[in-house]
Amino acid sequence: MHDFTPIPALIGGAIIGLAASLLLLTHGKVAGISGLYGSLLRQGTSDRAFRLWFIAGLAAMGMLVRLTWPAAFASAWSASLPVTLLAGLIVGFGTQLGNGCTSGHGVCGLSRLSVRSLVATLTFMGTGFATVFVVRHLLGGAR
Amino acid sequence: MKRNAAAFGAGALFAVGLALSGMTRPAKVVGFLDLAGDWDASLAFVMMGAIAVHFVAYRVVLRRPAPLFDVRFHLPTRKDIDLRLVLGAALFGVGWGLGGYCPGPGLVSAAAGSLGAIVFVVGLTAGMLIEQAVARALPRRE
Repeated sequence: MHDFTPIPALIGGAIIGLAASLLLLTHGKVAGISGLYGSLLRQGTSDRAFRLWFIAGLAAMGMLVRLTWPAAFASAWSASLPVTLLAGLIVGFGTQLGNGCTSGHGVCGLSRLSVRSLVATLTFMGTGFATVFVVRHLLGGAR
Repeated sequence: MKRNAAAFGAGALFAVGLALSGMTRPAKVVGFLDLAGDWDASLAFVMMGAIAVHFVAYRVVLRRPAPLFDVRFHLPTRKDIDLRLVLGAALFGVGWGLGGYCPGPGLVSAAAGSLGAIVFVVGLTAGMLIEQAVARALPRRE
């Protein structure tokens, strides 16, 4: 484990938990990113404003972090662009079908002790582990 | 005004957490998902930190009769485990493992100008629109 960083991970995680709690306190909503973003794409979603502002906050901070700490986006490993596009398609389709991603099911759902979210989290962790195993160890790191 | 500022602040804070925790680096994410390789357990600590805070805060916040800027809480009520949930989550995990991005870090990194993340978000958006179109075309049996 040459890149093991438990302390920033724990602090960063705590901040994510705090952000989700802030959205719950102010708007009474679950901070599930795929849900917030996906609903913006759908016609007739009520309460678009807060979704738009949340995503805008996410994006604005992304730009600010890039300016002040570009290493946050550094990547020694990177999938090729066609594979990344395919990955995006699958993540988009899957998170809409399964009503959530790492934030909605993983963080918020598990905190609520939701059985649906537990099943979802175990499932996506399982297929995530399996996918990396196949790509890295069976296909020999094919990109 | 306050409503929108709060949502903007929550989004910005969320992005700080993602960047600090390493979730915006696909190499870090794939290092965590690579159990058989040089496994990097860091991201398990992200989950622990997030849940430790939100588990407690969720219970404190829900003692209120309503959130600050709404008349009631809007929390998921479904309890059923259906094929859509399992299949959707399974697909999500495959895409996460392939690209190293989940939706939040993808959006943050795309805004930060990472080319891979921009391509990921194009795919993410298209994938979501396709699912929504399919869901409209196929009436749900629920």
